[in-house]
Amino acid sequence: MNWTLMWDSLPRLLAALPLTLQLVAMALAFGAVLAFATALLRLSGNRVAVALTSAYTFIFRGTPLLVQIFLIYYGLSQIDLIRDSVLWPVLSQPMWCAILALALNTGAYTSEILRGAIETVPQGQVEAARACGMSRVRLFRRIVLPMAIRQMLPAYGNEVILMVKASSLASTITMMEITGVARRMIAQTFAVFEIFIVAGILYLLINFVATRLIKHAEWRMTPYLRARA
Amino acid sequence: MLDLLTTGLHGWGPQLLSGTAMTIAVALSSFLLGLAFGAAAGAAKLSDSLVLRGLAELYTTAVRGVPELLVIYLLFFGGSGMIMAVAGIFGYGGLIELNAFSIGVAAVGLISGAYSTEVIRGAVKSVPYGQIEAARACGMGRWRILRRVLVPQTLRFALPGLGNVWQLTLKDTALISVTALAEIMRVAHTAAGSTRQSFLFYSVAALLYLALTTVSTTAFQQAERYASRGVRRA
Repeated sequence: MNWTLMWDSLPRLLAALPLTLQLVAMALAFGAVLAFATALLRLSGNRVAVALTSAYTFIFRGTPLLVQIFLIYYGLSQIDLIRDSVLWPVLSQPMWCAILALALNTGAYTSEILRGAIETVPQGQVEAARACGMSRVRLFRRIVLPMAIRQMLPAYGNEVILMVKASSLASTITMMEITGVARRMIAQTFAVFEIFIVAGILYLLINFVATRLIKHAEWRMTPYLRARA
Repeated sequence: MLDLLTTGLHGWGPQLLSGTAMTIAVALSSFLLGLAFGAAAGAAKLSDSLVLRGLAELYTTAVRGVPELLVIYLLFFGGSGMIMAVAGIFGYGGLIELNAFSIGVAAVGLISGAYSTEVIRGAVKSVPYGQIEAARACGMGRWRILRRVLVPQTLRFALPGLGNVWQLTLKDTALISVTALAEIMRVAHTAAGSTRQSFLFYSVAALLYLALTTVSTTAFQQAERYASRGVRRA
């Protein structure tokens, strides 16, 4: 084990950390919006909306993320309609392709988590709110959504970890995030283990912090479960 | 249909089919290897030994917290070195090179095993302890209890979780295309490069994966129905 090499590789890998965090944050943010819209459409009962959203989740949950990334990065660029469209400045950049693929992917999984959580909200709560005279929107905003978000947090925490790991696939389309830098350094130094360990620890740390944050959010949202002092 | 495969897709049909076969072979082998890892690590986690528990915990935490691609790079670039180091201890100094298939299966199996561990551990724990006591009271030995009481029920409890692990494993095999093993993703990548029809070939790859995941979902549903045929439905 070459300790100096491990120590020396740290600054270069740390320099790639912001890009990894940026990819994950953007993917999660766009993914959350997408998941929210998808779950609502799926629960709307409209046949067209249900069919479309079912197809979306089925396709994105049933294929590997790598295929999705390649399809967006390499595939879309050869369609003339897209090359000529206003979207091209965005879709011609690997960064946005990676974010788009990650967001579409996590959006599909998260919408199913959210849908499951919304469905577990007890009917009695909805009835009580309706009896209080709440409108549909207010009922959803004040009763259903807060309960559903509380319910979905543990499962969503797993999804966040999956996204942190999935961001490594952006390295296959030239993004030099942690895994991309690690790969390049392995090719340069042949110090496979040393660099794997340093990069691995970085990922474990990100995931540790992410898990803590989710746990904290869960704690904040469930004051009624805490023992009274 | 066959005609379309050979003449259509710019002549890449047969390669894509054999790529699909390769994906299935890699996924099956890694899933089985993962089950072996999972059973071993699951047993370690349930054991009384602090060392074994610690090692199993390290294995599952590290592998589930580190990107799959990184694990694949570790074995792809470092796998031969590791094997040679072990062989060196036993006095063999020659060059050992691993082929892409075994590296891929080892890497994906390692990942699959970390997820299987948790599934198997949970399933073993959901077998009521009273049943083991009852079996012991009937005079069954350790192995007979394992074979007749614990394993059959564990399998039933583990099936839904293992179904999820299988889907993960199947999709993870796409990542070993970076080792140039000719599975679906690699063939699609090569075909896309040589014909400049990226959209077409990655779409075909997506459809192939979709077909595989759909078929296996149905298969696992059937297996679950078969495994719980003796259980009364609530």
